[in-house]
Amino acid sequence: MTNVENEATQQTEAGGERPKRKGPSRRLLILGGLAAGGGIAIGAALSPFSRLNEQRAMVGRPGESVLLSSLRIAPDDSITVIYPHADMGTGVGTALAQILADELDADWDNVRIERAPGETAFANGALGQAYVRGDTEIPAPLAGLSWLVTRRLAETMNLQITGGSTAIAMTGMEGMRHAGASARYMLTRAAAKSWGVPVEEVDIKGGRIIHASGKSAGFGEFAEAGLEYDPPARLPFKSKSAYTQIGKSRPRFDIPAKVNGEAIYSGDVRLPGMVFAAIRLSPVPGGVLESVDAAPASGRRGVVKVATLPNAVAVFADNFWRAREAVRALDPVWSPGENAQLSSAETIKSMEAAVRSSGLKKDHARGGAARTIEEAGEGAIERVYTVPYLAHAAMETVGCVAWMHDGELEIWGAFQDALVAKYQAAKTAGIPSDRVKVHHTEMGGAFGRRGYTIDFLDHAVRLAQQTDAPVNLIYTREEDMTQDYYRNASVARMRAVLGEDGRPQALSHHYAERHDPKDASRFPYDVSGLDVRFANGNSAAPWGAWRSVDHSIHGFFIECFIDELAHEAGQDPYIYRRALLEHNPRMLAVLDAAAEMSGWSSFSGADGSALGIAIKESFGTVVCEVAEVRISDTGAVSVPNVWVAADPGLVVNPDGFIQQMESGVVYGLTAALYGEIEFENGQVVQQNFWDYPMVRMADCPNIEVKVLESGARTGGAGEPGTPPIAAAVANGVFALTGKRIRQLPLSPPGAQLGA
Amino acid sequence: MRLSINGKPHDLDVEPEMPLLWVIRDVVNLTGTKFSCGVAACGACTVLIDGQPVRTCVTPVGSVSETAEITTIEGLASGDELTPVQAAWVEHQAPQCGFCQSGQILAATALLSQTPEPTDEEIDAAMTNICRCGSYPRIRKAIHAAARAQAETLRAAAGEGASNDER
Repeated sequence: MTNVENEATQQTEAGGERPKRKGPSRRLLILGGLAAGGGIAIGAALSPFSRLNEQRAMVGRPGESVLLSSLRIAPDDSITVIYPHADMGTGVGTALAQILADELDADWDNVRIERAPGETAFANGALGQAYVRGDTEIPAPLAGLSWLVTRRLAETMNLQITGGSTAIAMTGMEGMRHAGASARYMLTRAAAKSWGVPVEEVDIKGGRIIHASGKSAGFGEFAEAGLEYDPPARLPFKSKSAYTQIGKSRPRFDIPAKVNGEAIYSGDVRLPGMVFAAIRLSPVPGGVLESVDAAPASGRRGVVKVATLPNAVAVFADNFWRAREAVRALDPVWSPGENAQLSSAETIKSMEAAVRSSGLKKDHARGGAARTIEEAGEGAIERVYTVPYLAHAAMETVGCVAWMHDGELEIWGAFQDALVAKYQAAKTAGIPSDRVKVHHTEMGGAFGRRGYTIDFLDHAVRLAQQTDAPVNLIYTREEDMTQDYYRNASVARMRAVLGEDGRPQALSHHYAERHDPKDASRFPYDVSGLDVRFANGNSAAPWGAWRSVDHSIHGFFIECFIDELAHEAGQDPYIYRRALLEHNPRMLAVLDAAAEMSGWSSFSGADGSALGIAIKESFGTVVCEVAEVRISDTGAVSVPNVWVAADPGLVVNPDGFIQQMESGVVYGLTAALYGEIEFENGQVVQQNFWDYPMVRMADCPNIEVKVLESGARTGGAGEPGTPPIAAAVANGVFALTGKRIRQLPLSPPGAQLGA
Repeated sequence: MRLSINGKPHDLDVEPEMPLLWVIRDVVNLTGTKFSCGVAACGACTVLIDGQPVRTCVTPVGSVSETAEITTIEGLASGDELTPVQAAWVEHQAPQCGFCQSGQILAATALLSQTPEPTDEEIDAAMTNICRCGSYPRIRKAIHAAARAQAETLRAAAGEGASNDER
């Protein structure tokens, strides 16, 4: 993507005042005039970029907002930043408000946040905008998804997606800055007119509109008058040196309600007459319900109804426990369908064969690497790596509330894209989308699960169609784990030919299953010949975006293999990487920082520990992690320390960013040490946390994070901490034991690594 | 059946085998206590019964004494005044998605009432609740901070007591 900041700066009108409009401005959205509390609402929407006009005509919705970032100003000068994202636990609303408040020079004590309603007017079409402008791919996990490809271009604008670590980079650094600059434009002009002074003499500082004479006013005084002014589509943004909010660790607005039980998740919604639903879905994906005898459930206390769906049976009851016990008492007969024999072991075998076959699809290639490697024959270094299927296993199991009444459908739930939820619910219910209202609840984790794999919403809607009552559908842990959309298993056959100096001359990376993002397999190191190919179609298990998506896979493949090449070359794995990253100063700086934090060069390992290192750029952020590894008496891998260096280009809320690095490490470490989902006879084997174990306090490392700001285009925070950790730990295991582990998980229950 | 939850009596007509979790959530409608695993493996459903942390998803309500005092997350703060543990959670920005935090806070509250200044090892042993967002490092810091805050409060109280005695 091009640098929007520069574009905006170049094309700014120098203080030119736009003509006053009689009616409501096309670019302004007045939220109900005088809003609750007597405030007024300003919404500044970017008008179409001129480059977009042709495409807009093509898609037939001229003048529609490309991005709408909104702001409400109250008479007491407090401002409410209305943000079009789900908070998946990252505190994104606070960071987005910081960006807007910075551009507006608002007083932070006066800033509030509010989640935008799940309505098209609040689409965070920055993604669509980038897509239509043609200068970037839609970030993962969106690209390539079938629903997106088949939608009309216009509909791609109607996203309210939170995913792909894009909220700060796109909604924030483009939309929120523009909204802040627009509000500044409007308020200063309104004040200048009222005071009878040139607008050039009016400024905003510290939350006050000020004139050179010393006269000043709060935002509330001129908010309504500001609506008379129509900000241009492009406005200059502040330079980094003038930031007052960006770069400050502001406490998250959402946290107080998360320490006293006030935060409401979908299972906590209480409505008059509501029933709780417990569901059992076909244990084999794609299977259908043949029959079920309702008798064992229907006589039970509190049970309202036994409802069936084509692939499920559910029980409605007056509380969830009664519903769950009743649905467990049933003995449904399933027809498993074509996945009856689905086996992850067989799938992985077919992947192993596929990556050795000819006819792989090209990912990217250059420099005749394939031929170099073929000619080297036995002289090529060859390694095969395997990663398993993974479940999301958020703490809140999936589910939501659906209520059909008066021809309308109301939904209460947490969705990474509330608009897709709205459209999907409308389609499922067979009603127009304007008769669907999605009420947001807090999201008890998601990690990709609640993006475009929201079949639980369809089930809730279809169940709600069978009753007049609101239906609160809650999955048990077992249903959540066995009915997930999984991170795919994969196999990589990695080969390389080293030169006399030990540097790779040619490298081949043949892997199974390509999803998103498309740059996940990019090899960052200096190599003249590269041959990256893939085989799709070996995995029949339901697939879903899982925190960092394909980066979680390639981070392991690439960073383990480069570590092996260092060993083959007889070089220190940090120094070896360093020499191969000289062309990439940004990655080099991050690599050096992590090595320095860990004391890599002076680390003795005398007390039975060793270090492993790995680096991965994902979602615009470069992250290097060094893991200290130990092997316990029982042979289990433990990781007492992880040092993280990360460069997101620019950091908005440093403490929030650090929190996300910690989070990404722990999430990735659980997968690296323990995570494995297996299919046998079409069914998922793992059921709950006892057989799909998690990192807990006792096995959670100390995590030290250093944030670098290279000034590169702003990257993401939510996902980039995850991809390097598995390789860092595996490389540490090798450094400690001399044993290469090329298959995850590293430390499944009962493993005896040290034995 | 009668239970005392957060100091308030509740007369209940429920099956004795119903887990306490669902009585709290769906009968009494205190929804801060969460359901996550249903098998006492994660601790999201933790409440205090007479100060002891209990995983309520596997605790039949009939097994709870009618004289026991049950404390849920809603029963910790007095109005806006947070307990030292809750305050430390905010100070250290521990929660992310927040779903597990009611259980984490109650487990930590119980730990600090029994072990006022816990070591890291004691924290490891007591805090077995699962958090998928990876808030563990901040929870550890928050527990140490809450321990310090409690100790200071106690010292201050003791100091006041001493000066009162002198008078």
